[in-house]
Amino acid sequence: MSMTAWVILLAVIVGIAVWLYNSLVELRNQVRNAWAQIDVQLKRRHDLIPNLVEAVKGYMQHEREVLQRVTEARSRAMAASGAAQAGAAEGQLSQAVAGLLAVMERYPDLKANQNVLALQEEIVSTENRIGFARQLYNDMVARYNTRQQVFPVNLAAAALGFAPAEFFQMDAAERAVPRVDLSPR
Amino acid sequence: MAANDPAGPPAPKGARPAPRNLFAEQAANRRTTWLLIGVFVLFLAFLGLGADLFLLGYDPTRSLARGGLPIPIAATFATFFGGISAWMGYRFGDRAVLASSHARPVDPNDPNARVLMNVVTEMAIASGLPMPKVHVIDDADPNAFATGRDPDHASIAVTTGLLMVMSRDELQGVIAHEMSHVRNYDIQKMTIVAALLGAVLLLSDWASRVRLRGKSEDDDGGRVAGPLGLVIFIVWLVAILLAPLIGNLLATAVSRSREYLADASGAELTRNPMGLANALRKLEAATAPTVAIARGTAHLCIIDPLARAVNEKEGLVADLFATHPPLQDRIARLEAMAYQS
Repeated sequence: MSMTAWVILLAVIVGIAVWLYNSLVELRNQVRNAWAQIDVQLKRRHDLIPNLVEAVKGYMQHEREVLQRVTEARSRAMAASGAAQAGAAEGQLSQAVAGLLAVMERYPDLKANQNVLALQEEIVSTENRIGFARQLYNDMVARYNTRQQVFPVNLAAAALGFAPAEFFQMDAAERAVPRVDLSPR
Repeated sequence: MAANDPAGPPAPKGARPAPRNLFAEQAANRRTTWLLIGVFVLFLAFLGLGADLFLLGYDPTRSLARGGLPIPIAATFATFFGGISAWMGYRFGDRAVLASSHARPVDPNDPNARVLMNVVTEMAIASGLPMPKVHVIDDADPNAFATGRDPDHASIAVTTGLLMVMSRDELQGVIAHEMSHVRNYDIQKMTIVAALLGAVLLLSDWASRVRLRGKSEDDDGGRVAGPLGLVIFIVWLVAILLAPLIGNLLATAVSRSREYLADASGAELTRNPMGLANALRKLEAATAPTVAIARGTAHLCIIDPLARAVNEKEGLVADLFATHPPLQDRIARLEAMAYQS
């Protein structure tokens, strides 16, 4: 091959390498950003729960256990660190909140209280937001990890300081936790 | 799994679809936007050039010194006009659309708008986009549309009728459909196409008026002589007369094909195809025209606000004139997705 051909080939290879590196950096930032979004929504839930518990406490004298479960799950979730631990704790909190919302259905007085209804809508929306933020995060993680694992990036990804990101798994925790007993006592 | 027809959108695979290459999709949409602008501007230039040749006496074979016009004025004007229209559509199209349908911005603190704001927030999170501006249209007929120039400058408008009849899941499906239009840059394409379509209509209207007046004048200007000139003249005349139709065809072809994709990616956002399917069923039941939504906005809406029968048909005529695919077909595709997950 002539000199020019080698130079062109080299330039193409360097160009592809630069593009791959940059796309990895971009994907990593998207993953971090998506994680931050989950965090925002989890914090929102942590902030809303005391308000909800406070608002329904008066009506639900006989449901101390349910309320306590929510409060405890909240403290555990706030103390958790790392994707795996946070995922498990937040999964349990989701279960506890779902339990509380289900029990609230049994109290007609609550449905007449505008403040409680508004809080309920906010909690439902927050649960959805967490779910959608997690969905986006996991999609990003999947894309980021796939990019790292395909040839030829897999040869250099680790050396360049890229590591696969962790999926945010709440489903596993939900499966491990026994279902809340919703039968009337 | 139902065998999808090959022309349809790619069937979603399994409960956890592989992340689609969103950026390739957006890039493809930007390319077709440029292509459409090109086609429209060429069409406008052609209309203008015909006016130069047959009305203004422009003769490319005659030089300035021998009494010919130095430049094709009408062609230049038409091209500029098209370019400016496209830019205005890009820049202000969303405002025009929102104003023409009397959409009012939602007060984010209005307790009655809480559910709507929450659902839009949820869908913005799911799609990883900034929160769009939310508008409400006072109209009892359920409908919704998205407009804007890009995801950073997007607006979603829903009618009060939609808010009345939809459950939370169904509303989520509708908003997810609109967010998909935002995410795919459909909104940009549609506002620019609408602006260019307006330019074509206006110019062809002018040209046909001038032609009528021009007849009486004794015009011995530099008409292109011979059979070639006659052919060009006839093509130009036909183009002027058919301009509104041709422009509409371009616009409908664009919008119709995008609806299936917005349904599919909307369902992917909510991971609940039945929400949107049920919403479409309710929209179908309420096929009264949405009075508040102007005719020019029809192609933006989730269902045709004019409730034209052509949108419920298949075949050549529908391919040419319908802005939306048949609702039955859209519902069936969403249901097929629900079975898989």
